[in-house]
Amino acid sequence: MHELSIAISIIEGATEEARRHGDVKVNAVRLKLGALSGVSKDALLFSYALACEGTALEGSRLDIEEIPVMAFCPRCEIERAPASIQWLSCPVCGAPTPQVAQGKEIEIAALEIIE
Amino acid sequence: MNTTPRLVEVRRNALKQNDLLARALRDRFREAGVRVVSLVSSPGAGKTTLLEKTLSAARRWRVAAMVGDLATENDAARLARTGAPVKQIITGAVCHLDAAMIERALEGWNLDELDLLFIENVGNLVCPASYDLGEELRLVLLSVTEGEDKPLKYPTIFNTADVAVITKIDLAGAVEFDRDVARENIQRARPGMPIIELSAKTGEGMEAWLRFLQLRTAD
Repeated sequence: MHELSIAISIIEGATEEARRHGDVKVNAVRLKLGALSGVSKDALLFSYALACEGTALEGSRLDIEEIPVMAFCPRCEIERAPASIQWLSCPVCGAPTPQVAQGKEIEIAALEIIE
Repeated sequence: MNTTPRLVEVRRNALKQNDLLARALRDRFREAGVRVVSLVSSPGAGKTTLLEKTLSAARRWRVAAMVGDLATENDAARLARTGAPVKQIITGAVCHLDAAMIERALEGWNLDELDLLFIENVGNLVCPASYDLGEELRLVLLSVTEGEDKPLKYPTIFNTADVAVITKIDLAGAVEFDRDVARENIQRARPGMPIIELSAKTGEGMEAWLRFLQLRTAD
């Protein structure tokens, strides 16, 4: 389980970003989590609560928005959701779609802060 | 103090620190002319055996290896017998290598004296997927004893790899391993990925593997 490592990175990143806005309290961290990120949402939520203890983010929420995979179909020349994350192919024409355009992110999208 | 929460946009990769470090490592490797190949697989798929044979056979290059393990130095001891420089990275409880561990392990090595560096990750098909180590090529190993559906069970790590190596191919018949199904599953998880089949024990496929390495590491 590497979600604890990821949670610590999120807290460090969010702390650094929050500091740009002065002495603020972080209410929530909004995270975009791709279906192909290799990170489990439940394990991350559990780890986040643990990792926040004793930090400036203690008591903050982690709001996770799950991001589906989108891949570019070279034949249809358009991005589509592939058949599945195990089968990167175009659901319309069946062509393999190796170019993943979305769905790998572990991104701190925004912070909810109180000034 | 205003108690109404305000939303501020950040848009920052959660693993930014690791990615920045990996990028710096990649630049360092490029400047020194070292090609870096990492290996990921489940425990027991044959990473260390493949490396042992590769380090011994790849005499035309100046090779070295780093090997990650939770607790022991057994793998480094095995690899050191090949005569190549080897470093063990003991991760403690951590289930994957990250760029900072690679950077620390590089201390004391002169990269100018190397052509090829292998990084063997901790045996794990989940956690290593998220961490860029600055490698040029990521190999994912799948042994025939694990079954053909590994790529479907662990699509993320297969998707992050550049090459799939099917190991222990000498046992394929004994375990009724269906090569075509395995190849199809790998192609589903990562369309277009090259696949190499080999047995480090019998030597079958090793020549093709070394040729592939030569082609991929030639400038």
